[in-house]
Amino acid sequence: MSRQIVFRSFLVLVLASTLAVAQNGAQLRFCLHSDPKTFNPLLAEEDSSETVRYLTGGVLMRLNRMTQELEPELATSWKISDAGKTITFTLRTGLSFSDGTPFSADDVASTIQQMMDPSLHSPTGDAFRSGDGKTVTRVLAPDRVSVTFPAAIAGLDKLFDQVAIMSAKSPKKEMAVLGPYDVLEYKAGNYLLLEKNPHYWRHDTAGKQLPYIQTVRLDIQSNRDTEMLRLVRGEIDFINSLDAEYFDKLMQQNPALVHDSGVSLDSEQMWFNQVPTSPLPDYKKAWFRSTSFRRAISEAINREDLARVAFRGHARPAIGPMSPANKFWFNAKLQPHPFDQKSALARLAQDGFRFQDGTLKDRDGHAVEFSIITNAGNKYRERMATMMQQDLSGIGVKLNVVTLDFPSLIERITRSFGYEACLLGLIGNDLDPNSSQMNVWMSSGENHQWNPNQKAPATPWEAEIDRLMREQAISLDPKKRKAAFDRVQEIAWEQEPFIYLVNRNALSAVSPNARNVHPGVLRPQVYWNIDEISIGNEVARNR
Amino acid sequence: MKWARNVGIAFLVTVALACLLADFVAPSYARQFRDEPGAAPSRQHLLGTDDLGRDRFARVLYGTRVSLLLAPAAALLSSFLAVLIGGGAGFAGGWVERITMAATDLFLSLPWLFLLITVRALLPLNVSPITSVAITFALLGCLGWAAAARVICADARSLARSDFILLARAAGSSGFRLLWRQVVPNLRPIVYAQFWISIPVFILAEANLGVLGLGVAEPLPSWGSLLRELQSYSAITGQPWQFVPLILFVVVVSCFHLVLLEQESLA
Repeated sequence: MSRQIVFRSFLVLVLASTLAVAQNGAQLRFCLHSDPKTFNPLLAEEDSSETVRYLTGGVLMRLNRMTQELEPELATSWKISDAGKTITFTLRTGLSFSDGTPFSADDVASTIQQMMDPSLHSPTGDAFRSGDGKTVTRVLAPDRVSVTFPAAIAGLDKLFDQVAIMSAKSPKKEMAVLGPYDVLEYKAGNYLLLEKNPHYWRHDTAGKQLPYIQTVRLDIQSNRDTEMLRLVRGEIDFINSLDAEYFDKLMQQNPALVHDSGVSLDSEQMWFNQVPTSPLPDYKKAWFRSTSFRRAISEAINREDLARVAFRGHARPAIGPMSPANKFWFNAKLQPHPFDQKSALARLAQDGFRFQDGTLKDRDGHAVEFSIITNAGNKYRERMATMMQQDLSGIGVKLNVVTLDFPSLIERITRSFGYEACLLGLIGNDLDPNSSQMNVWMSSGENHQWNPNQKAPATPWEAEIDRLMREQAISLDPKKRKAAFDRVQEIAWEQEPFIYLVNRNALSAVSPNARNVHPGVLRPQVYWNIDEISIGNEVARNR
Repeated sequence: MKWARNVGIAFLVTVALACLLADFVAPSYARQFRDEPGAAPSRQHLLGTDDLGRDRFARVLYGTRVSLLLAPAAALLSSFLAVLIGGGAGFAGGWVERITMAATDLFLSLPWLFLLITVRALLPLNVSPITSVAITFALLGCLGWAAAARVICADARSLARSDFILLARAAGSSGFRLLWRQVVPNLRPIVYAQFWISIPVFILAEANLGVLGLGVAEPLPSWGSLLRELQSYSAITGQPWQFVPLILFVVVVSCFHLVLLEQESLA
């Protein structure tokens, strides 16, 4: 009798524990392409560390990846004052870090001070460095804190989407987090396991604590082929960013897996070297400085074909510095430059070029020939360059495609300036031009690639862009800022120092098991609402 | 194994002829049929088209021509350097040989691929694809002499100590005349063998560079650039005709080895 009781008790215990595992054991799995270099959210600068920061870090406000609007998180409200230098946050109360340490305004002040400490070299902090002087934080109450920067920062509030608040008091330091997950286990080169933060503050409408998924396993997997096979086999739940080839391959196998969210912020562009001290012959420098020449080259490139063939239709002809995906900042009046080789030849004729026997020659008889460099191994850029080679031969231009290893390419475009044209891309992470475009469009900027680090603007239109960029950077009126940057986009469209070619689409793949996933165009495309994602009928079970 | 050698030679000759006649039997290797990217084999495109709509059959023929023409040229250059350096050092002997072989060992220890990448990055950018392919193979030839030089040095050393060289010296022959008239002709079998060994090595080296995107410039095809298409699993499943360049590459390199076996037995 007693044996039966013991056996039945054991059976009940096993069943109960199995049920508990079923209810709480849901795990989301996806791949990181390299090990995270740091768990300190202030030092994150590569994809893997940023992924960990997104999944574990609690932020004061979060940019909704669908609406592109800021939403309150740890801060219930905020106010910008003092002509854009000061921001004051009102914080949620009663929150705790993952280890139980209470959250207060001291933590926000401490995080900001650490971030702005020059000795830390925080990439997150770089976006906030507006001028010389110290950043002052004031704790006004346990739930109120203000931060004053040395100079005004336009679009200041949106920058806080990247700032994960760390505890000032917890002995676990950066491992005590306010986000939906905390780090449970890490095996370098193998996997990173995150578990649900027991003190996470968000709840769903039914009052259930988020996130729904108990653990997230991030497998370190650099090989994209293996990643795709694992998705097909059901070993991982999604791929955040897919190549066009992989997308089409998965589309053939299971159309329900893939999502083309439309045009993203990423762009591919080429530019001509306009550095006055570059070791190029004078006649080539004159070509590259000519607006007509640049416009003609632009018109002779068939962008529709680039998008359709090189990217298999998963891209769109680009227009300018802002992608149409950027809802607020994109200048909707602009259209892509048309493919029109007759118009291109007419523009070139204005500059004294003539098209003879299939060859374009300048007024001094030099045949128009130039090389374009791009990074070796990037098949899309190599394809684009090869297609441009054929397009430009239509107006008699000989284009030599040169692929270089990345360090050699960077050496040429930033130090020696020993190149003629370059084809590269820009990964768009920031919506606001103040954080993403200042260093590109200011003539003094390092990323003003066609002629960087100018002491004074080399051309009147660059001086005009400088003025407009400064204007939008100091103005706090969104309409004025938008008007100024719209004009910048128009000048960029007219002058074409960068010849924008295509904007890639945001492609992803998601297992049908994952629920409430709404892939968007902003990073992270798939798991931006990680705390609301569930696996299978996990939500129903938990309720 | 003579029959195998003959088969190898016959295959190589057939491939070489097909490549030479490429202008007559295939369309342009560079023309992009942009409405037919990644097309399956058809009458117009016997091996289909690549990602940009270029005829793959034409690219295989022209790519093979490039690799088959320039790999032997590079092998010739490296063999010449190997005879000059290795043969000279082995014949001279003593401290000349020790220093030369130490330098050769040092050269051998350099990471080839990185050296090639570095040297290539230093070259002028504005060169035509034909020039770029010639430069690539010339670089391979200039950098590929060391292993052959070691073998030739050892052979030259034993020759220099042989009885017939002693007799030649006794007869009054010395210096360059002795080297040119007595030693070099006797090195010929081993130089031939080294030459044949080098050809597949250079073909493979160019293919490696091509796979890294650092080989022959577009739009000129080479085996390296053709094999790049096979890099991604996702790109090849369901399109078996994409393997033709790989199969051809393997068979041609194997044929070179069959010929080489015969050369080695001669040596």
